Amino acid sequence: MAKTLVWVEHDNTSVKDATLAAVTAASQLGEVHLLVAGSGCAAVADQAAKIAGVGKVHLADNAAYKDALAENVAPLIVDLMGHHDAFVAPATSHGKNIAPRVAALLDVMQVSDILSVEGPKTFTRPTYAGNAIATVESSDAKLVITVRGTAFAKAETSGGSGSVEAVSGAGDAGLSSFVGAEIAKSERPELTSAKIIVSGGRALKDSETFKATIFPLADKLGAAVGASRAAVDAGYVPNDYQVGQTGKIVAPEVYIAVGISGAIQHLAGMKDSKTIIAINKDEDAPIFQVADIGLVGDLFNVVPELTGKL
Amino acid sequence: MKILVPVKRVIDYNVKPRVKADGTGVDLANVKMSMNPFDEIAVEEAIRLKEKGVATEIVAVSVGPQKAQETLRTALAMGADRAILVQTDDEVEPLGVAKLLKAIADEEQPGLVVLGKQAIDDDSNQVGQMLAALMGRPQGTFASKVEVEGDSVSVTREVDGGLETVKLSLPAIVTTDLRLNEPRYASLPNIMKAKSKPLATKTPADYGVDVAPRLKTLKVSEPPVRSAGIKVADVDALVAKLKELGVA
Repeated sequence: MAKTLVWVEHDNTSVKDATLAAVTAASQLGEVHLLVAGSGCAAVADQAAKIAGVGKVHLADNAAYKDALAENVAPLIVDLMGHHDAFVAPATSHGKNIAPRVAALLDVMQVSDILSVEGPKTFTRPTYAGNAIATVESSDAKLVITVRGTAFAKAETSGGSGSVEAVSGAGDAGLSSFVGAEIAKSERPELTSAKIIVSGGRALKDSETFKATIFPLADKLGAAVGASRAAVDAGYVPNDYQVGQTGKIVAPEVYIAVGISGAIQHLAGMKDSKTIIAINKDEDAPIFQVADIGLVGDLFNVVPELTGKL
Repeated sequence: MKILVPVKRVIDYNVKPRVKADGTGVDLANVKMSMNPFDEIAVEEAIRLKEKGVATEIVAVSVGPQKAQETLRTALAMGADRAILVQTDDEVEPLGVAKLLKAIADEEQPGLVVLGKQAIDDDSNQVGQMLAALMGRPQGTFASKVEVEGDSVSVTREVDGGLETVKLSLPAIVTTDLRLNEPRYASLPNIMKAKSKPLATKTPADYGVDVAPRLKTLKVSEPPVRSAGIKVADVDALVAKLKELGVA
């Protein structure tokens, strides 16, 4: 049976959700081992060991691994790949940063953003902004894979009884250093794991109008807030709100698109949502071609009325 | 400092891709092709660094068919100084492209390599990171701000949840995200001038790189189609639907 190594995404305190979908994908390939690389992150390893189906957790605790710098983490992974057959990472910004560096060091052609496991070396993956789904088979001796989080169920966070084993790597490669981060703090659920998302488009006019219109509806529904690229480019909301081909890929139970026309790049990020609701004044807007429920109307009347009636 | 800017010829951003009926790929016959939008941003960033006096020369590189010359001419018209086409009609995977770029970087010795974070055709998001690995140099992916300071570069990156900043020692590899800059249009005089800028044509064999694919595409299919649903007349009807869904 193949042995897989899953890179655990975490903040040195707890395991991030995206890891759980990667664990599910890895379990379809074989035995699941995890790597927790970080600083002062023993608690993360203990938490990771409880994820259902996990065999072993490699814990690399070193200041050089604190901020997941690819230059430092990739050589550690390459070492561990000496006795694993597949490296699996969630297709998050950190996963996408690290995995190809690992792949090149192993002389492996990575399979990015997989949607399904079709065989021991065969996967489906989206191309052309999700307009074409390719089934690809790897001929490399080892596999390097990133996993689209919305395409796999999350592994249970309890029930596992993995063992934690400390490993050490070379640490700081001396090529890069972490300066700082500005991570937005929000009371709302995280976009990629939210059950309901309310997204706004360019029609929201400006930052104040976006906040005054979209936020109350989202808060009433306990929803996360997203945006189209047009709204982000226009500066209504920060870039981490962006849903689409180059932003976040989401698949909530309910996606409410407000004043979003439905460019293919946006649809690529949300069309796997279970129910799509569109509110737009243009009845010919492409968003209505994918929406389960559409309401043609002026959002500045419709949204406040909707918020009031919920 | 020299900057290497790899660019890719891809289906135009505004064209809706159609999967071929026989399931072998996407139909690119008679489809408008353009420079990958993220690579345009890379070319623009390199030009701005040259305008600031940080860079002295910009070399654009493409791996692709003869027609990729047009993409390189676009880069030259925007402001690159010279171009290299590694010509091949075969599809070259990101790993193969990274190996070719590594060979070119060995010859050219750039201080920075700036390229798009992903191509909008295969959406792999790999070449920059792979090149950095092969060169043994640091990588600043998904950049929204790039500042060269002496022998290092500070890169602000778009990450899940916000932004983070890393400091990389030069030479380094930077991949561009959408909000790094807004690429300029080439002016007509510059398009004319670009025709006489040097463009060298090479082959993968010239660099001794094996670009045989590692992945075999078994099938390409359309994604499951969502059919249009219903339209409701007013907010009350929408509220009723939301209640049915159990979210209100």
